Amino acid sequence: MNVLEIKNVHKQYANHKAVNGVSFSVPKGCIFGLLGPNGAGKTSLIRIITGITKADEGEVILDGGKLDARDPANIGYMPEERGLYKKMKVGDHLMYLARLKGMTKIEAANAIDHWLNKFDINSWRKKKVEELSKGMQQKVQFISTVIHKPRVLILDEPFSGLDPINSNLMKDEIFELKSNGTSIILSTHRMEQVEEICEYMVLINQGESVLDGSVTDVKESFKEHLFRIRYKGEMPETLPPSITVTSQKEGEITIQVQNDKDSNDYLESLIRSGLYIQSFEEILPSVNEIFIKVVGETKEKAAV
Amino acid sequence: MEKLWLIIKREYLSRVVKKSFILTTLLTPLALALFMVVAGFIMNYQGAEERNVAVIDPTGILGTDSLGLKNEKGLTFEKVTGNVESYKQNEKYDAILELPPMGELMDKKYQVNYYSSEGIMGSGVITRIQNDIEDNIYDYKANAFGFNPDSLSSLSTNVKLERKKLNEDDEEVSTTASVIATGIGGTMGFIMYFAVFLYGMMVMKSVTEEKTNRIVEIMVSSVKPFYLMMGKILGVGLVGLTQVAIWGILIPVMMALAMWIFGMNAQEIQESQNQMAGMEVDAKGIENQVTEIIGEIKSQNWLLIIPLFLVYFLGGYMMYSSLFAAVGSAMGDDVSENQSLTLPITLPVIIAFYIMFAVVQNPNSSLATWSSMVPFFSPIIMPARLAFGPPWWEIVLSVFILVASVIFFIWLSARIYRVGILMYGKKVTFKELGKWLFYKE
Repeated sequence: MNVLEIKNVHKQYANHKAVNGVSFSVPKGCIFGLLGPNGAGKTSLIRIITGITKADEGEVILDGGKLDARDPANIGYMPEERGLYKKMKVGDHLMYLARLKGMTKIEAANAIDHWLNKFDINSWRKKKVEELSKGMQQKVQFISTVIHKPRVLILDEPFSGLDPINSNLMKDEIFELKSNGTSIILSTHRMEQVEEICEYMVLINQGESVLDGSVTDVKESFKEHLFRIRYKGEMPETLPPSITVTSQKEGEITIQVQNDKDSNDYLESLIRSGLYIQSFEEILPSVNEIFIKVVGETKEKAAV
Repeated sequence: MEKLWLIIKREYLSRVVKKSFILTTLLTPLALALFMVVAGFIMNYQGAEERNVAVIDPTGILGTDSLGLKNEKGLTFEKVTGNVESYKQNEKYDAILELPPMGELMDKKYQVNYYSSEGIMGSGVITRIQNDIEDNIYDYKANAFGFNPDSLSSLSTNVKLERKKLNEDDEEVSTTASVIATGIGGTMGFIMYFAVFLYGMMVMKSVTEEKTNRIVEIMVSSVKPFYLMMGKILGVGLVGLTQVAIWGILIPVMMALAMWIFGMNAQEIQESQNQMAGMEVDAKGIENQVTEIIGEIKSQNWLLIIPLFLVYFLGGYMMYSSLFAAVGSAMGDDVSENQSLTLPITLPVIIAFYIMFAVVQNPNSSLATWSSMVPFFSPIIMPARLAFGPPWWEIVLSVFILVASVIFFIWLSARIYRVGILMYGKKVTFKELGKWLFYKE
């Protein structure tokens, strides 16, 4: 079941095509990575999803068409560039944004109490935003994004500017929201976070979606059947013909095989050949490598 | 709609509770009153000490029997005989005024000296004494030439030009009425000019601020840009109305209070001003004039003027502030670039201000009629004309054009605004703004 379906979305600005036929779907209740290099059209796409702008062509379907994507009550969006009214008090600010999302005064007041207590920042309530540090402001910003319990949460670079402790706190919150059934779209440049957090991903480049699917599937499809073997003792003279050694150093070799379905067979033949194996693991490409590869390829194509 | 209300409320309250707003709103009338009191005090300041001035006038220019000089506050003139030297050491006198004998009667220049160890006479006092002496010389010369002063005075005639009805059903307007109307018109036009600039700029600044500190992206994910812009315009507009209303009540109250505290009344000030100008106006004349002025002010059709003033205030403010909002949304951090963007909006306001001066002089000219129809000018021109009672069809047409323009310019500005607030790092030209108009949502 998909919470969000993007179907063939186009968006043209004057003489620049920002989004050019992007389609993908976000499964319900997962963390979804929206990746792409700078200027790929991510922000334009997010603005279409959040209803800030309209697509020239194509559709955005929220929860199978049951929810209106243009109703801000359904979506929580934290832009990459954070901003708050500096002169407003934290409590008033949260109340204002919550009311604009369609919450009643009482609902909003309860939710504000809940979140301020949760982050243990109740003492900030009467403070002006400008008195807070950047990290503190980020927390307020995060609360204002999730306060109305949106079905879909869009976080643009949520970890930028956070110290490791707050970064972890943010991560925990994201996981908790996910376990409560919120679908989360995460736009980020930091690929190791995608690997760590996201289950599904889409890669946008030059206004087009170049690959999408579950993170595991994507990695599988890019793997080059490489295995890393650490061993003790002497390397045998001959290896099975289907194995190619791609790199070799003291106590470690990397092999490439034709078909990784038979990895047990290779392992067996290696053991038989008298090698004392300490570890045997498949090398999967990191999302970072996939990113560089795919984006680099399209750049080369464009150059030709 | 509820969201629009929330935005208006925030825009209004966040400004009204600011210390700077409260201070300007309350201190401006206070400062004005204080200025009036101080100015009045200085104008009438003569020094605390009583000083005696010896007047040496051997030829009797200032009259032979009594002295033709009025005593000033703190200055007593006394006619003495003898020469200047004999009074220089006299403790009784602080100054000596010496009128040398007249030379040629045809001479148009005459120098009077006064001796004192310190400047005891202000420039106002000196002017008054000079005028007194001139009057005396006038009589002296008239006498010497053998003219009869009475028939001489009848040579100068006070001319008053009064308009009379051309047709039976023409409206009656007295000259005083037109002077009053000029005053009221000028004041209203000036308030409009001031309001458009002050509050329009406030809207622009706030739009740019929201854009540069990026709160706007969060806002437009909750509300349509149109509501955000309208909420701001209406919120700041209410701030403007609040401020103008408070000033409208406080300024007259403070003025009256200031006069009461310092024991002055309007008549006394008028008298002293008349004296200063050397005008010979008897008290009765002033009284009549004052009652006439008050009567004229009272007879103005305030029930029509005030609502219409509000219509033009809101119309002019909404039109200009929406344009300021559009330009504000296109701005970045580059100040000089921003100035070139605001110029096309501020220019018509300034032109309107200058037209207004011509219009209050000649409120029924074709310039007045036509500029009242141009929406960029009418919010400043028409309030200035209201006290002159312009033809009703001109008012109706002008309001109609203004309202239509307000709707058009809000629509136009909203289209620029929605694109501008999300556009960063681009150098914006008017050509670019034109393109934004045609962007799809």
